[in-house]
Amino acid sequence: MKNAAANDFSYIIAGMKNPSFRFNMSPPILRAVLALVAVLFFLPHAFAQMSIEITGAGANRIPIAIANFEGESALPAAVTNVVRSDLERSGLFKLVETGNAPISEGAPPNFGDWKSRGADALVTGSLLAQPGGRFEVRFRLHDVQKQTVLARVSYLMTVGQHRATGHRIADVVYEKLMGEPGVFSTRIAYVVKTPGRYELQIADADGMNAQTALASREPIISPMWSPDGSRLSYVSFEAKKPVIYVHSLATGQRHVAANFKGSNSAPAWAPDGRRLAVVLTKDGGSQLYIVNADGSGLQRLGSSNAIDTEPNFSPDGQWIYFTSDRGGVPQIYRVPSTGGEVQRITFEGSYNVTPRLSPNGKSMAYVSRNSGRFQVTIMDMASRQSQILTDSAKDESPSFAPNGRMILFASDVGGRGVLAAVSSDGRVKQRLSIQAADVREPAWGPMPKN
Amino acid sequence: MNKFVAAALAAALIAGCSSSPISPAASGGAAVEERAPGSAESVRVPPVAPVAAGGAGDAAGAQAVAVRDLRGVPVERSIYFDYDSFVIKDQFKPLVEAHARFLVANPRAKILIQGNTDERGSREYNVALGQKRADVVKKAVMLMGVREDQVESVSLGEEKPRNAGRDDAAWAENRRSDVLYSGEY
Repeated sequence: MKNAAANDFSYIIAGMKNPSFRFNMSPPILRAVLALVAVLFFLPHAFAQMSIEITGAGANRIPIAIANFEGESALPAAVTNVVRSDLERSGLFKLVETGNAPISEGAPPNFGDWKSRGADALVTGSLLAQPGGRFEVRFRLHDVQKQTVLARVSYLMTVGQHRATGHRIADVVYEKLMGEPGVFSTRIAYVVKTPGRYELQIADADGMNAQTALASREPIISPMWSPDGSRLSYVSFEAKKPVIYVHSLATGQRHVAANFKGSNSAPAWAPDGRRLAVVLTKDGGSQLYIVNADGSGLQRLGSSNAIDTEPNFSPDGQWIYFTSDRGGVPQIYRVPSTGGEVQRITFEGSYNVTPRLSPNGKSMAYVSRNSGRFQVTIMDMASRQSQILTDSAKDESPSFAPNGRMILFASDVGGRGVLAAVSSDGRVKQRLSIQAADVREPAWGPMPKN
Repeated sequence: MNKFVAAALAAALIAGCSSSPISPAASGGAAVEERAPGSAESVRVPPVAPVAAGGAGDAAGAQAVAVRDLRGVPVERSIYFDYDSFVIKDQFKPLVEAHARFLVANPRAKILIQGNTDERGSREYNVALGQKRADVVKKAVMLMGVREDQVESVSLGEEKPRNAGRDDAAWAENRRSDVLYSGEY
C-alpha cells in the first residue's frame, strides 16, 4: 500500500495489528501456494527468518515436563511445541522428556513417576474440536512435589492461532512458576539492513511472523513503541536528513511528528502515550524538546551549550533521563519532566550513553565504554551501583522486556549486526540473527492488552 | 556570473594543458599566466576532472584555485575532520570560502550540509556529533556573508558511511561534512 506522503524509496504495509488474518482463510495447500506467489511478488529477503539461540542459561532452571495434549494431532502444528520452545528459550526452564503419548487435561498424573524423572512441574492438556473449525484448548499446570493444580485455563482458538495460544499457555506457566508476568505474547521491532535496503520489521518475541512496517533505501533508526503498542515512532533518513515519524501499526498510516530545520531524532514516548520527548537542532545544537504525538505543541525542555540527546521517560513520567556531554564527555543525567534542575547520574568512566529505565523504574540499562568496548550495563537506582552485563564490544540500543527480566540490544558478531538479549542479572543470554542481513535498533513492545 | 565562467574556463585550460595537479609551488596568479597564448579559441569547455582544492600539499595555498563546475559551484564538496574534532582544518578553509563566495554571489542558491561520523558509539549520540560537524561549516559560511536561510545543516550520524571498512582509514573518510546544492537532495 503506497503512502502518498513518502517518496519512491519507501512503502508501508498496512494491517499488521492482527497477523492471524493471513491464515484464517486457507487450508494448508492453498496457504503454500499463496506463500509461493508472495515470494514471486516480494523480494526474497522478506522471508529471511530470525533465529534465536540460547547462549547462556539461568543458574537454577526449573525442570518441567510438558506432555503432548490429547487431540493435538488434529492441528497441523502442535501447540505444545510452542510452549516448550518458549519456556526453554527463556533460559529459566529445563525440559524433562515426556515421550510422545498425550496426557489429557483431566487425567490424574502419576506424580511419583514424574518426580523420579526429575520434574518439578507438569503440564497436561486437551484439544476439543468446536463448531466453526475452532478448538477449545484446556490445560492444567501441576506442582509435582505438592501434587496440586497451580493453574487451570481454557482458550478458544482457530487453527491459525496455535502459536498465539501456545504463547499464552507459556505465559501462564511462567507467571505461576516465576512469580512475574511472561513476555511470550509480546512483539519486538527492529531494523534489518541488506545492501541498499532498510526494513523496519515487527515479529513475535520468538522471532516468528516478521512483517515489514517500512521499507526504504535510506536508514531507519530509533524505533520506539507507544506505551499501548498501537504505534511506533522512528527516525527515517528518506528525506536526506533525520525526520521523526509516528506510524500506526493497524492502518499502516504514518505522519511526521517533527521535521524542523536541522535534525530531528531520538523520539521517546511519555507514559501517557500522547507526547514525545525529541532531540531537535533547529535552535542550534542538539537539544531536548517535548512535542505532542501529532506534531503540535512544541516545547523546549531545558537548554545547554552542549549535546543533549537520547531522552527516556521514567515509567512514572516524573523524570526524563538523557545523555549529555555538558561535562566534556557523554554521561547520563536526568531532569524533571516538567523542567527544572538537572542531576548527573553516571560518574564512572568517560562514555555512558543511552539510558533506558526498567519497567518498574528500579534499574537503568545503558551502554558504557570500558577500555574501548561498548557494553550493556545496568545500574540499580537505589544504590547507584552498576554491573556490566556483557563481554561483547559493540553493544548498542538496550531495550527492556516489559517484565523487566531481559534486555534486548544490538551487537556485532564477526562484523555482522545481530541482536542479543541478556537477563538483568547477566546469566541468561540469547542471540537473535537473520541470515545474510544486519539486524539493529531493537525495541521490545509492551504487554499485549487483554 | 561572468567572473565564474572565466574562472571555470581558466580551470579547464589549466587541466587541459597539464597532466599533473596544480603545483603547490605556483605563486599567486601564476596559474592564469601559464595559459598558453592563442589557445583560448580552441577551448570548447571540456568537462573538468576535479582537482582537489586544498590538498595535502597546499598548506600555504591561500591562492589555491577551487575547481568549479559550469554553474560555478565548487566541485569539491567534502570537509574531513580529525577524530573527536569539530574544527575546520586549515587545509579546508579555502574550500569553505569557495562555497561561501558562490552563495554570496548567488543569493537564491541554497545548500544542505550533511555532517557524518565514523561508526563507533551510540547511533543517536553520533547524530548529534555529525550535527556539530555540519554546524561548524554552516557557521563558517555565514561568517562570510551567506544568509541563514540559504543553509540548512543536518546530520546523518554514522548511518551513511562512504567507506564501510572498520579501520582508521575508513573512519577518517567517514568523519566529514558534505555540501549539497539544490537538485542534489
